[in-house]
Amino acid sequence: MSEEDDDQPPAAKRPRASPPPDQVLDNVLETVLQFLDSARDRCAASLVCRSWHRAESATRVSVSVRNLLAASPARVARRFPNARHILLKGRPRFADFNLLPPGWAGADFRPWAAAVASSAFPALASFSLKRITVTDHDLHLLSRSLPSSFRDLHLLLCDGFSSAGLASIASHCRGLRVLDVVDCEINDDDDDAVVDWVAAFPPGPTDLESLSFECYARPVSFAALEALVARSPRLTRLGVNEHVSLGQLRRLMAHTPRLTHLGTGAFRLGDGPEDVGLDVEQMASAFASAARNSTLVSLSGFREFEPEYLPAIAAVSVNLTTLDFSYCPVTPDQFIPFVGQCHNLETLYVLDSVRDEGLQATARTCKKLQVLHVLPLNAHEDADELVTEVGLTAIAEGCRELRSTLFFCQSMTNAAVIAVSQNCIDLKVFRLCIMGRHQPDHVTGEPMDEGFGAIVRNCSKLTRLSTSGRLTDRAFEYIGKYAKSLRTLSVAFAGDSDLALQHILQGCSKLEKLEIRDCPFGDAGLLSGLHHFYNMRFLWMSGCNLTLQGCKEVALILPRLVVELINSHPENEKTDAVDILYMYRSLEGPREDVPPFVKIL
Amino acid sequence: MAGLGFEETELRLGLPGGGGNDAGEAARSSGKRGFADTIDLKLKLQPASAAPAASSDDDGVEEEEKEAVAAAAVTPAGDGKMKSQSSVVTAQAQPDPDKPRAPKAQAVGWPPVRSFRKNVLAVKSEKVSLVKVSMDGAPYLRKIDLAMYKTYQDLSMALHNMFGSSKIKDENNDDEMVHTYEDKDGDWMLVGDVPWEMFVESCKRLRMMKGSEAIGLAPRAMEKRKTRS
Repeated sequence: MSEEDDDQPPAAKRPRASPPPDQVLDNVLETVLQFLDSARDRCAASLVCRSWHRAESATRVSVSVRNLLAASPARVARRFPNARHILLKGRPRFADFNLLPPGWAGADFRPWAAAVASSAFPALASFSLKRITVTDHDLHLLSRSLPSSFRDLHLLLCDGFSSAGLASIASHCRGLRVLDVVDCEINDDDDDAVVDWVAAFPPGPTDLESLSFECYARPVSFAALEALVARSPRLTRLGVNEHVSLGQLRRLMAHTPRLTHLGTGAFRLGDGPEDVGLDVEQMASAFASAARNSTLVSLSGFREFEPEYLPAIAAVSVNLTTLDFSYCPVTPDQFIPFVGQCHNLETLYVLDSVRDEGLQATARTCKKLQVLHVLPLNAHEDADELVTEVGLTAIAEGCRELRSTLFFCQSMTNAAVIAVSQNCIDLKVFRLCIMGRHQPDHVTGEPMDEGFGAIVRNCSKLTRLSTSGRLTDRAFEYIGKYAKSLRTLSVAFAGDSDLALQHILQGCSKLEKLEIRDCPFGDAGLLSGLHHFYNMRFLWMSGCNLTLQGCKEVALILPRLVVELINSHPENEKTDAVDILYMYRSLEGPREDVPPFVKIL
Repeated sequence: MAGLGFEETELRLGLPGGGGNDAGEAARSSGKRGFADTIDLKLKLQPASAAPAASSDDDGVEEEEKEAVAAAAVTPAGDGKMKSQSSVVTAQAQPDPDKPRAPKAQAVGWPPVRSFRKNVLAVKSEKVSLVKVSMDGAPYLRKIDLAMYKTYQDLSMALHNMFGSSKIKDENNDDEMVHTYEDKDGDWMLVGDVPWEMFVESCKRLRMMKGSEAIGLAPRAMEKRKTRS
């Protein structure tokens, strides 16, 4: 059963049955269904019968449209008029890596802003947007038409807006509790147009609980920021950007003794008065105060960190459950003494600058670790090899509660991956990125088939898998045979033939998202999935061997799929070969705003 | 352009067929180029499908990569052994095999790391451009790193943060601060006239002087004072 809302038919508009017993039943149903939280349970309930469908729709509070193109705001509003929390996801993930040409225009927030402006969601309390293009105009419109119930705005990997849009939100959303702008691309290129959005919050105490702008590339006025933080008594999560210095951070921390999450900004001395004469001890005592309350559990930032100040955070290390060092190129010498105290760490993001020794130290101490991301300091195939199978094996053996891992390396061995599969049996997400394309096991010379085979065989809870390295069709035979809980699969530069794709599509019965790049898969492989595509949120295939004929056939047989052929090299006259196939189910049919390089079949 | 499966199909001086399987790949699995690459020829295959033959007019690595990948994709390489394929040596074969090896050609979007994460290394190694900053009436000079800022707006904000809302500014509306700098030639210039990069290159020190003293730079200075914030 999919957790999608977008594959359910819209509620049929029927008049309520007039005899009292039915009406009572509806009321009872609604009252009972209000206790149903899980999206999957709700979907199941809505399929029982029409009155259950009605009742469930009326009481649905959290609506997730995980593909913006699958359902229009009007349709969603008709079915879920009482929606309070709306989650929207736009672009396909490979767009993050520049595989989707700019101007694709399938992730525009505009229609939703317009819907809110026409009071489509009167009970709206929160918007969570991911990979969506939101313009300043959208934010302007939104800020002036959101209902007074609106509290939380989360923007993740979004683009299209500037400081002016943020200022609209700041100034006009009374009662705003959460403004989280994470990993967004903010258009502040026009010098004259940059707005001091922090200063745009109205005077007087605010209800802010979370304010995060770590990705904001421009300096903000520190005076305005400090004043804002000082008048936000409920603030527990604060993430500042790289223009906030250590001295300024210390000032902010003095105003927020009950912080739980802190994004530390630059973590280096600045040029301002707040930093004059600042030494490690003073910073340390700022963190010691935070440690006394035991509330601070999450640290991130360190965008330009000065290593000599790292010891300042020692006091909170034992309380930390989340540590994001992914912008912090710590060396093993700097990292090991610190991580040795982080006994309660559950989520760790580091760069491979910590090397195998850093990972070994992590494995020795962080027994509760559930999420580990090891990102590359230097994201190139030719870069120095800083972490290897030694580090991965150590993690596997030391952190047996691991649920989710993302690991970048230059090369790997099957043995290490097998070790992960045998030790971390609760693994739900395994993403291994061997940066050298087609790299086999560098010790045995074998393809990485056996390693990934072991993962799918031993980790029965696996829902997300990203493969890399040299893989033959055999690897995909394993995946198709064993990965029965898999929902998301990401494949790059792998496989030998259509058989591999066939194994995936015919074996992975729960598969919802499949993204493939640069694999030798053609029409035959694609067509082997016809029975399953309606159960999927999307399929992305780029740099493969698909042709127009194959894609046309899919479009013909499955009319409720939108089949987009995207050409990222329009200057090439490729008549038959397909550059990018992006295919998704939708209740709305083909979209209208397609740029010239997109063809919808 | 090793790394795209071409190692299976490259021309080599050696035993045909035998050395080209996974063991051969293992020898170069560190990603560093091996013997075959010293030949330094870029090979493109005639793809079997409808994709047009690699043209020698291609410029830009991305374009090349896309075509090359498409070409590699159609290579039947089921058993992993090296096959001798008809290969086309393109016009882009590097002329000098003794040149120090260039980094491996990158594929678009690979490795899959988001662009805002890619600058971590770059940030650390950026050159620092420290200049002294004086403000008339303030007892101490400060130092500022111009490399930290990308625009005049950013600099202005930083200066505002650094010197705060000092007495000098509030006193007299007529006497707003004018930002000036001394350039390489020793001349005192008004900040903001030249493109930012040029300014960072030529700026030796900054001085924030009272508008009334900026007579030498006026009338433009006075004019600018009115139009700027």
